[in-house]
Amino acid sequence: MNAKTNAASVDIQEETQIRPYTMNFGPQHPAAHGVLRLVLEMDGEVVERADPHIGLLHRGTEKLIEYKTYTQAVPYFDRLDYVSPMNQEHAFALATEKLLGITVPERAQYIRVLFSELTRILNHILNITTFALDVGAITPALWGFEEREKGMEFYDRVCGARLHANYFRPGGVRYDMPAGLAEDMFEWADKSVCEVIDDLETLLSDNRIFKQRTVDIGAVSEADALDWGFSGPMLRGSGVAWDLRKSQPYEVYDKLDFDIPVGKTGDCYARYLVRMEEMRQSIKLMKQCLEKMPEGPVMVDDYKVAPPPRAEMKGSMEALIHHFKLYTEGYHVPAGETYTAVEAPKGEFGVYLVSDGTNKPYRCRIKAPGFAHLSAMDFMSKGHMLADTVSIIGSMDVVFGEIDR
Amino acid sequence: MDSLARSFLLPEIVKGMALTFKYMFKPKVTINYPYEKGPISPRFRGEHALRRYPNGEERCIACKLCEAICPALAITIEAEPREDGSRRTSRYDIDMTKCIYCGLCAEACPVDAIVEGPNFEFATETREELYYNKDKLLANGDRWEAQIAANLAAEAPYR
Repeated sequence: MNAKTNAASVDIQEETQIRPYTMNFGPQHPAAHGVLRLVLEMDGEVVERADPHIGLLHRGTEKLIEYKTYTQAVPYFDRLDYVSPMNQEHAFALATEKLLGITVPERAQYIRVLFSELTRILNHILNITTFALDVGAITPALWGFEEREKGMEFYDRVCGARLHANYFRPGGVRYDMPAGLAEDMFEWADKSVCEVIDDLETLLSDNRIFKQRTVDIGAVSEADALDWGFSGPMLRGSGVAWDLRKSQPYEVYDKLDFDIPVGKTGDCYARYLVRMEEMRQSIKLMKQCLEKMPEGPVMVDDYKVAPPPRAEMKGSMEALIHHFKLYTEGYHVPAGETYTAVEAPKGEFGVYLVSDGTNKPYRCRIKAPGFAHLSAMDFMSKGHMLADTVSIIGSMDVVFGEIDR
Repeated sequence: MDSLARSFLLPEIVKGMALTFKYMFKPKVTINYPYEKGPISPRFRGEHALRRYPNGEERCIACKLCEAICPALAITIEAEPREDGSRRTSRYDIDMTKCIYCGLCAEACPVDAIVEGPNFEFATETREELYYNKDKLLANGDRWEAQIAANLAAEAPYR
């Protein structure tokens, strides 16, 4: 009998020593935020190794841009991170402008900042609400998307599309804002969106279920965040006060008053709090832009870069020639290279543009913030439970358009 | 004591529930889609259309600017002189499955012939139906002309 119990205990011990169980997370998993395929090596419920496989949404954007004129390249940037299209157009427009050596009119700069901040709010609403959805709260998504819809209506009114804007062009913005839009945007920023952000805060910030799923999950130290090349809310959540809008202000950010929220703990909850506060700062920025926005042109007054207005094109032969030249050959950009980055909602979005003096970029390298964040997936999820990887992915704010490019 | 009370009385859950309860009495925001539609702006970039002049003459003069600017290479144009000697397209195809709705063709067109109209409901059951030819595009133009003309007039000061 004694021998029998011994044998049984040996059996149990042998049974517990199983090999890590390999599991596929995605690419069709709703919590994978797109087409992430995560190969997880699991020890029971605990993740031992997370191996993100990317490339399922690769479209060869960088190579395609080498065969497009500078005007034609702009729509490709909308399709990288498709929840914050205008910020990426902004990076490309700034890079091209730097090579061309032109400065855009002040009104265009204010419009750009205004819409960059609107995009930031829309991006963070989407991220926070879907993050909450991943960890079990459905209501924020229902309320947040209503507000997002209103924001996308502003997109529609200014450029004619709700997502793929094609609005920021090298040299300015395509059209001036239509009459009445500024007032509506101010009202939205002043009231409607604030209420929804407050409501989201009431639902999530103190909620014990939300906190149990996020606090101390995926904590990243300040040093780790810097080592892994984090940027944006991921870096600020870990306590590094780094924001390109402050550290190297572009456009009119140096004339505007705003603060950079910084997290303390570096976990998923800190990143959520940083995003919440960033939305409030963006509202502040939008209101300042709308108040300070001067009258004037929205495109540079140089028909070698920007197409002439329609009325002039109809009447003047020279303007018509410029119009034809710009829409067939495009403009030639002086030879040179530049790395220009903007603070996109997800982090530092950079464009490394090499021009050889022709009408098409020689090379356009795109630095997507999500790529660096996703590469840290392994060390962030190690030792956490399977359900926590969902929180980590949600708080990373990954979008595969920009990671796979 | 305070934290003990907080952990047992679920104040944040109650607050959240109260908020959702309040939302129940707010007016509904959903729209009954095929019968009600969200607003679209005069700049909206939807289904393409080829327009005509009021006398019925087609506007397109086959300058091929739209074909040149199209980033997705979705437009194919062939042109030859018509019997009366005027320059017109003999073929104007848009592959709507390639089109990315960037609006550059409408921007480029010097005679406002190709436009992206207000229609966004043109889903089909087969791919073939989305290879639009000149007849289809002109028919679209005839169908939507009133709205397109109104939109272009509203946008004229900004263009």
